[in-house]
Amino acid sequence: MLPEIVALNTSPTLSVPWWKVVYDFSALTDWIDKSLHNSMSPFWTTITEMLIIGVLILLFYALVGLFLVYAERKVCAFMQNRLGPNRVGPFGIFQTIADLFKLLFKELIPIKNADGFLFNLAPFIVIIASFMAIAAIPFAKGLHAIDLNIGVLYVMAVSAMGVIGVLLAGWSSNNKYSLIGAMRSGAQIVSYELSVGLSLITIVILAGSMQLSVIVEAQRDGWFLFKGHISAFIAFIIFLISSTAETNRGPFDLAEAESELTAGYHTEYSGIKFAFFFLAEYINMFIVASIAATVFLGGWMPFHVGSWEGFNHIMDFIPPFVWYIGKTFFVIFLMMWFKWTFPRLRIDQLLTLEWKYLLPINLFNVLIMAFLVLMGWHF
Amino acid sequence: MASNQIMFILFSVMIVVFSVLTVTSRRILRAAVYLLFVLVSTSGLYFMLNYQFLAAVQLTLYAGGIVVLIIFSILLTSHISQNFESSGWKKNIFSAIAALIGALLSIITILDYKFSATTEVAQEVNMKLIGKSLLSTGYDGYVLPFEIISVLLLAAMVAAIVVAKKVSPKSAELQNLKQ
Repeated sequence: MLPEIVALNTSPTLSVPWWKVVYDFSALTDWIDKSLHNSMSPFWTTITEMLIIGVLILLFYALVGLFLVYAERKVCAFMQNRLGPNRVGPFGIFQTIADLFKLLFKELIPIKNADGFLFNLAPFIVIIASFMAIAAIPFAKGLHAIDLNIGVLYVMAVSAMGVIGVLLAGWSSNNKYSLIGAMRSGAQIVSYELSVGLSLITIVILAGSMQLSVIVEAQRDGWFLFKGHISAFIAFIIFLISSTAETNRGPFDLAEAESELTAGYHTEYSGIKFAFFFLAEYINMFIVASIAATVFLGGWMPFHVGSWEGFNHIMDFIPPFVWYIGKTFFVIFLMMWFKWTFPRLRIDQLLTLEWKYLLPINLFNVLIMAFLVLMGWHF
Repeated sequence: MASNQIMFILFSVMIVVFSVLTVTSRRILRAAVYLLFVLVSTSGLYFMLNYQFLAAVQLTLYAGGIVVLIIFSILLTSHISQNFESSGWKKNIFSAIAALIGALLSIITILDYKFSATTEVAQEVNMKLIGKSLLSTGYDGYVLPFEIISVLLLAAMVAAIVVAKKVSPKSAELQNLKQ
């Protein structure tokens, strides 16, 4: 009996000084895991850990959503030479919180002759798809909920489910505008998914793995955007274009083109159900941007240059989480820039761009990358 | 009860319930959504077995591909107010008999097979392993089925293009003349 009691009473301690946790979260997560194991059975440990991670991701999800809406309005205002939100709080930073409360208090209008079950289910499918994708993203060293063997494929597979929610929303509203919006969105997402997949495969060839943690680790001596030079650069541009289209954002926002279709597939939604679609759109943008940051720009890996020891050491002082957030928001800024400066495409132009230009270039690019890797012509 | 068993029971109950709902629902789009739930729970089972590749393929191909295509064709063809009439008793009896025979056959086969339980931990299947055995000609190689499926898909794609191709006005006139 004695050893067990001893083992129970010694609470595990953090193996590194607390301020070093910012550079490597695995010490903190190990410590939490051990402390939980000491106080409960493995089954309940797993359940508690899942709950903690779920709550944390949910919190992160809400905060990022709120911030991105604010950022979008500010960037839009900047592009149009306006001030943007500036009344609620300093620089209007509490504007989106006020908007959130407004949306929460709004009435949920039930639709006559709509398919109630599917109408209410659709926003949840969209939200769940983005929620599942966010779980596989490495935020910082050791801050990675599930590190799947097939990380890239998983994120693509799960985020592809969101289109089902859009299609259901359009059909079950029993409204012609919604239906047209849903059809457009379906055609668009299904075709642009190909380009997203192929441009990611280009980098998978270079990395030799689909595991996101391995992909990040492989960029220790330089980001893939620079290591794969020409081919990686083409893949990055194609990824930016096609992922903007996949998230239904301007200039590819045909699905909710307000000048033609009122609001497209979510015309009939009100209150918090509308907010779900709105939130999912921003989170999808965040997911796409963090995949771009992870796969092309090194994720949480600091900016390293080959064998410049001193330079690399200085860069290591900036915590990985800051690097990750910085890169992700850089990509998000690029996508917002697209939205507010390019005119919207027509549906035939959209499909021509994908099938006649992006797809052939992409297929050729995959071949080039395979050739570069075979010959060892990358850094 | 271990967490594994709880998850297994959860997934299998979902699969059974939604499968039944898929075939009994009178609204066609709801049936498609129930089918989606069946396919997603099946991929949950694969995740449980630690076969992540198959699970992700199940999600992309079935949930993201086939169900989207089904929903797409429903969107194009049927109206929201359309409800299917329930089939006559003759049809019901015959399909029940067919389903029972099918279920009996598979249950007998499953009971006949001696499943040997192992205590080994489920292994992760590496992507490299899958890729290599997919393209190897050796003992564990799947290169022949892989190539045959590629040819089949190519044929299907060419056929789709031929069906969808616009007929040029000149050749349409020629065909009219022939008739």
